[in-house]
Amino acid sequence: MNEFLLDTLIIVIKIGVVFGLVIGSVPVLVLAERKVLGWMQVRPGPNRVGPWGLLQTLVDGAKVFFKENIIPDGVEPLTYRLAPLLVILPVLIAASVIPFGPPVKIAGREIPLAIADFDLSLLFFFAVATLSVYGIVLAGWSSNNKWSLMGGLRSSAQMFSYEITLSLSIVGILLTSGTFRLTAIVGQQSGGFWHWNVFLQPLGFVLFLLAAIAEVNRTPFDLPEAESELTGGFHTEYSGMRFVMFYMSEYSSVFVMSSLIATLFFGGYNPPFPYTFGTSWFDGAIGLFWLLAKIGALVFFFIWLRGTLPRLRYDELMMLGWKILFPLAFLNLIFTAILVALNWPGWLLGLVGAGALVLTDLVVSQILWRRRRAAG
Amino acid sequence: MLLVELIKGFSVTLRHMFRRRVTVQYPEQRRRDAPIFRGRHRLQRYADGLERCVGCALCASVCPSEAIYLEAAENDPTNPVSPGERYAKVYQIHLLRCIYCGFCEEACPEDAIVMGPEYELAADARAKCVISKKDMLTPREAGFGDYETFPAPRIG
Repeated sequence: MNEFLLDTLIIVIKIGVVFGLVIGSVPVLVLAERKVLGWMQVRPGPNRVGPWGLLQTLVDGAKVFFKENIIPDGVEPLTYRLAPLLVILPVLIAASVIPFGPPVKIAGREIPLAIADFDLSLLFFFAVATLSVYGIVLAGWSSNNKWSLMGGLRSSAQMFSYEITLSLSIVGILLTSGTFRLTAIVGQQSGGFWHWNVFLQPLGFVLFLLAAIAEVNRTPFDLPEAESELTGGFHTEYSGMRFVMFYMSEYSSVFVMSSLIATLFFGGYNPPFPYTFGTSWFDGAIGLFWLLAKIGALVFFFIWLRGTLPRLRYDELMMLGWKILFPLAFLNLIFTAILVALNWPGWLLGLVGAGALVLTDLVVSQILWRRRRAAG
Repeated sequence: MLLVELIKGFSVTLRHMFRRRVTVQYPEQRRRDAPIFRGRHRLQRYADGLERCVGCALCASVCPSEAIYLEAAENDPTNPVSPGERYAKVYQIHLLRCIYCGFCEEACPEDAIVMGPEYELAADARAKCVISKKDMLTPREAGFGDYETFPAPRIG
């Protein structure tokens, strides 16, 4: 067969797999969220449609598909229609750089299991994933509704504030691994869980996790759509399929963000025990399995978080982002840079990070406690 | 410490995940009603099968939402419907107007009308919400026993 055609075919298949995983994860995540939240609230969650409620989200999807697409009076027609697409597309594009398995050899050619595997893939992820804030702002602005506008503006302020922490907190990983290429970062974490970056960068991991939750707009940082304050935020005026696009983007961005966290900090597709990947398709499947398992654990954590913590107030959110997370990310960057420059061993780096985390925790809780006592 | 507090909070929700669920799976499982629950009305009979209602219409006059319509008729002495002089020929209750206050059963001198345990009163037409004697009257076989099972609530 023609070389070019074969290359194209491989790319198309990889796109199909990743697209299917990200979109297919949405109903699973929605059901998992409703089930787990239900259990945490001592109730069974959806259990009427299908065995164990498994078909609930499919039926909901079918329902929403037949609903009327209402466009309210006074909206900006073009942006109103465009905004849902602008929210969901960046998520899907960002997913293209996540390596979902080790390189496999099929018919004599080595195929990296990521749609795009290039030198600046991590930077590309952040560049693209941030674009979805445009969709949210435009949705809020074009809806001709004050609550939507408030939600959109809150969202932009929040995302810009946490974007800085998000990017700064991974610079530590870039320093220790010395590359922007996601496949290389994953490759360096092979050979057992003690090689994972989370032990090298505990402070960076916590900062990244917090900023990532804020980036994907989940509780306790879900201010753009704070129901009790903004009646639904930027998607108040949306209905039918357009609303579902926001919904889908929310859950698929949780999936994609979890896969990035797994890739950066938990060894990506590497199993937690030493294992040398061959190049057969079976090893590719093993890699995919471990990546999905890690994503599942992270998604559970996201849901658990939602079931546990209440939403932050807006000024608390900004204070946390700018006065605590941002300086800490800088601190993390500085001591990682010094330790890497001095060529100190990795376990020391992890120890310093964990120490810094505990110290910050002490200081912050002390400040909060004093402030509360002063307030009476 | 903040971290410790966070872990405490997270462990609370995790522990609740494995608690016994409190949900009652309603159509399959039902909760026991309180004995004085005021549901849809019933008209009672005596043990010999005679209707308790003598058609005095006190229930209709005490009803705050005027949900009861009653037409009385003279008993045939050879084949009486009730032990009194008269009986209720037509007895209708408009369930959409009824506020389930229980004044009717309080007012009834014969303990004929009582509030039963039924609460599944949804209907797809307004006309179906007007119930008449045949819907309320305790079946002849049930007789007196039914009245014992659902005694009239004592109010005040």
